[in-house]
Amino acid sequence: MTLLLIVLIPLLGALLVPVAAARGRMGAAWMAGALTATALGLLLSLAPQVFAGEILVSSWAWMADIGLYFSFRLDGLGLLFALLILGIGLLVILYATYYLSPKDSMPKFFAYMMLFMGAMLGVVLSENLILLLIFWELTSLTSFLLVSFWRHRSDARQGARMALAVTGGGGLCLLAGILLLGEIVGSYELSVVLASAELIQNHDLYAPALVLILLGAFTKSAQFPFHFWLPHAMAAPTPVSAYLHSATMVKAGVFLLARMHPALSGGDLWFYLVTAAGLVTLVFAAYVALFRHDIKGLLAYSTISHLGLITLLFGFGTPLAAVAGVFHIINHAIFKASLFMAAGIIDHEAGTRDMRRLSGLFKYMPYTAVLAMVAAAAMAGVPLLNGFLSKEMFFVETLALQRLDEWAWLIPALATLAGVFAVAYSLRFIHDVFFNGEPKNLPKVPHEPPRWMKIPVEVLVTLCLLVGVFPAFTVGPLLATAAGGVLQAPLPEYSLAIWHGFNEAIVMSLVALVGGVLFYLLRHRLFALHARLSPGEFGAKQVFDGLIRGLLNTSRCITHLLENGSLQRYMALLVGAAITVGIYAAAQHGAVNFSMSGTSIPINGVAIAILVGLILAGLGTVILHRHRLPALVMLGVVGLCVSLLFVYFSAPDLALTQLSVEVVTIILLLLALHFMPQEAKADSGSGRRWRDALLAGGAGIGVAGLTWAVLTSPFETLSGFYLEQSVPGGGGTNVVNVILVDFRGFDTFGEITVLAIAAIGIHALLQNLLIKPNEPGRYGWAPAKPPLLLEVISRPLLPLALMVAVYLMLRGHNEPGGGFIAGLVVGIALVMQYLASGVEWTQARLRVDYFKVIAVGLILSLLTGVASWIWGYPFMTTTFTYLYWPVVGKFEVASAMVFDLGVFLTVVGITMVILAELGKLSGPLAPRPVQNKGESR
Amino acid sequence: MLANAILIAMALIILALVLNIWRVVIGPDITDRILALDTLYINAIALLVLLGIHMTSAAYFEAALLIAMIGFIGTTALCKYLLRGDIIE
Repeated sequence: MTLLLIVLIPLLGALLVPVAAARGRMGAAWMAGALTATALGLLLSLAPQVFAGEILVSSWAWMADIGLYFSFRLDGLGLLFALLILGIGLLVILYATYYLSPKDSMPKFFAYMMLFMGAMLGVVLSENLILLLIFWELTSLTSFLLVSFWRHRSDARQGARMALAVTGGGGLCLLAGILLLGEIVGSYELSVVLASAELIQNHDLYAPALVLILLGAFTKSAQFPFHFWLPHAMAAPTPVSAYLHSATMVKAGVFLLARMHPALSGGDLWFYLVTAAGLVTLVFAAYVALFRHDIKGLLAYSTISHLGLITLLFGFGTPLAAVAGVFHIINHAIFKASLFMAAGIIDHEAGTRDMRRLSGLFKYMPYTAVLAMVAAAAMAGVPLLNGFLSKEMFFVETLALQRLDEWAWLIPALATLAGVFAVAYSLRFIHDVFFNGEPKNLPKVPHEPPRWMKIPVEVLVTLCLLVGVFPAFTVGPLLATAAGGVLQAPLPEYSLAIWHGFNEAIVMSLVALVGGVLFYLLRHRLFALHARLSPGEFGAKQVFDGLIRGLLNTSRCITHLLENGSLQRYMALLVGAAITVGIYAAAQHGAVNFSMSGTSIPINGVAIAILVGLILAGLGTVILHRHRLPALVMLGVVGLCVSLLFVYFSAPDLALTQLSVEVVTIILLLLALHFMPQEAKADSGSGRRWRDALLAGGAGIGVAGLTWAVLTSPFETLSGFYLEQSVPGGGGTNVVNVILVDFRGFDTFGEITVLAIAAIGIHALLQNLLIKPNEPGRYGWAPAKPPLLLEVISRPLLPLALMVAVYLMLRGHNEPGGGFIAGLVVGIALVMQYLASGVEWTQARLRVDYFKVIAVGLILSLLTGVASWIWGYPFMTTTFTYLYWPVVGKFEVASAMVFDLGVFLTVVGITMVILAELGKLSGPLAPRPVQNKGESR
Repeated sequence: MLANAILIAMALIILALVLNIWRVVIGPDITDRILALDTLYINAIALLVLLGIHMTSAAYFEAALLIAMIGFIGTTALCKYLLRGDIIE
């Protein structure tokens, strides 16, 4: 439980921070700090158990069927990372409080920070691999928010997008790899996976799983050739860089290597892939770091190089190398976080990070300079500092490697070369920034930062020294526990002394130190050489941009192919696809039964006459379709014929609905027609018209044939069930209504919700829409005064319609009717008032906010559904009973009627919002153009 | 006797319906079409009521009621459109 809290506290904290920010900027910082400290305290309370060798696991089922458990695990490795995340997180919060300017939103920053912290804790504390992946992707997303925190800057946006694309893409690979791994092992729980090394490595799927998981790790830890996103992510605020890009997020990749070490390492494939990536990254990034002029750019490439070093160590696959890798994770997090903070201080107080302009800052900020110099020396691997110890262990491991036979010299040689570069760039950082003459035209005079901003750096630098001088006392137990967590096996022999005698590793360190100093002294020639050799930027960003552009263009091409703006084409594609599928299905399943027997539909003179009318009207609509008003009249005829057919075939509910929808349609289209050309011009050439006629005819005949076949085939439908269950199950004799409000009530609820959303969308679209109505025709418009007769007739219509609506609604459960029809009837009667008397007159008397009507309707429907929970039934269970009233007699009351009332209100509200809003587009209440300087619509 | 009369009436009403639709199709003017549509609504009411009597069923009554009550609103809107262009002002 405590374990769960450690992860949840920061995640919930993301909500609490903005709340606390109501008490001012510092409130957010205090809240973030307090929550982090609480989580750290909880972690420390569990630490003794972990130091005693226990592995704490707590698990809850989430989606057990697919192997997803909400399970967490705390062992040595998890403890180490959680300590880094929370400890350095606390320091970064303190630092950021003084780093952020009053223009930056502190609550937002800390809320993102807490989200990231929770996600990162989730990664390192997950027991379930899928859960780990979820948190892994969350770190990518939250880091996107943090890197693009200064979203007004385009480099920040681009850097964030690139980081998200690369790490997110890697996350997808990781997902695939994890799924394969789960397929091999049969479980996603780490305890099981880590214990099945033999099974995994002998499986056919081992190679693809390994490659995919490594892709995830390498993208996250910025290994070559995926390293390019990290320097661009430096557009983030410096606290973010100090936290994400030195101590935590980029370490997630090496964390994964360490975590999967027992299960995946050892084989040749692991060795060559991981070692090669690590080695290339180590040397290449160290070389590039030397030539960066931006302090943060230098630190970014240095980070990439150090991550390469750690990757290389894990690639060796030996227990001792793993210990060295864990040790370097700790040391690098400590000195690199402090260096980033120092870089942030310099940027903050000197106004630039360009080393060509910064020099001689020692005079202005001696205290910060000393701190930065100690940290930089640790980065270079100077003795008595923590970086030296793990680098020494690294050199020893490169020498001990037996695997490469005659090429055994290669790795130590390249490691030494990287050491030379590391010393050189560290020296450059120290010398160029703090010495080397006077600063050159800085934007402001540099000075020491506020007291509290230095404290995090002091703490970290002190740790550098303490670990460097007394390694066994300070970091020894933690390292042993963490390395034990990595290996999941007894630890090998190693010693944490500063001096192991004069051996080859010391020689390598000395060569690196001396070589680095020499290299730096020759820097002017080297810079010239470098400039000649590589005229442009390193190509990775260009390649990435090109890829993204290519992707974008390809998808645009595909979109244009399918979606060229021609409605005729969409229809042709849709109908054509339907015909193809239909023909295919018919070909697959043989002939359809077209017998004349078994039909139960009464056909006589009345039906035939209505059908002829329907066909005539349909043809007329097609012929007249370019004259819009006559076409609309024809459409009215079609609607009426359909309603009559519904009545005739005993579907009175449908007929009533169709009739009311018909009227609403005419009004709606007329409202729209006021702003549209009266005559449409021909859109299609004759060739296309023939094609469309063919498609339409084919589809029509196909549907008719299918309908015929269905109607004449003997089959059992669902209607029998509904007819039987209607009264006992829903308490109503009108099956249609009982299905709508009871059996399929959830569907109906969804539908009215969608309708409400559509109404709000229409309202939003029509807000302040300036659109020109049509000019009057030959005779001009009639006078504005509304016809008296119309006004007089419309008045009594409203109460009459209301009465009919109540009637339809009340009997809806047993006889044709119901909330939907009643709602439409009321809507039409209300619109009639607008129509007859104008918007102003009606609005003055009808002061109703239709959005509230919609809301009340939806809430009523929802409450009917929720109410069934109170009695312990599933959502939307309805109930009914019979009451006896004097005079009225026996009648039925169903909870579904409240639901129906909700439907009624929603429909009234929606109809009114849509029609009234459209009606207000012209006339006295129409939106007026806003006279605004330079603004055009 | 009554049954026969109703059958004859229905046949005539149906004939009227078809002729109405024919008028809507051929026009020639928009006012002809709107008038024909309105007549169509009236005839539809008559047909529904006759059907109800013929089948001795009340099931057709609501549809006829609804057409009578709100059917004319479509016609009104169309006329208002012809007069003013803007039906809700």
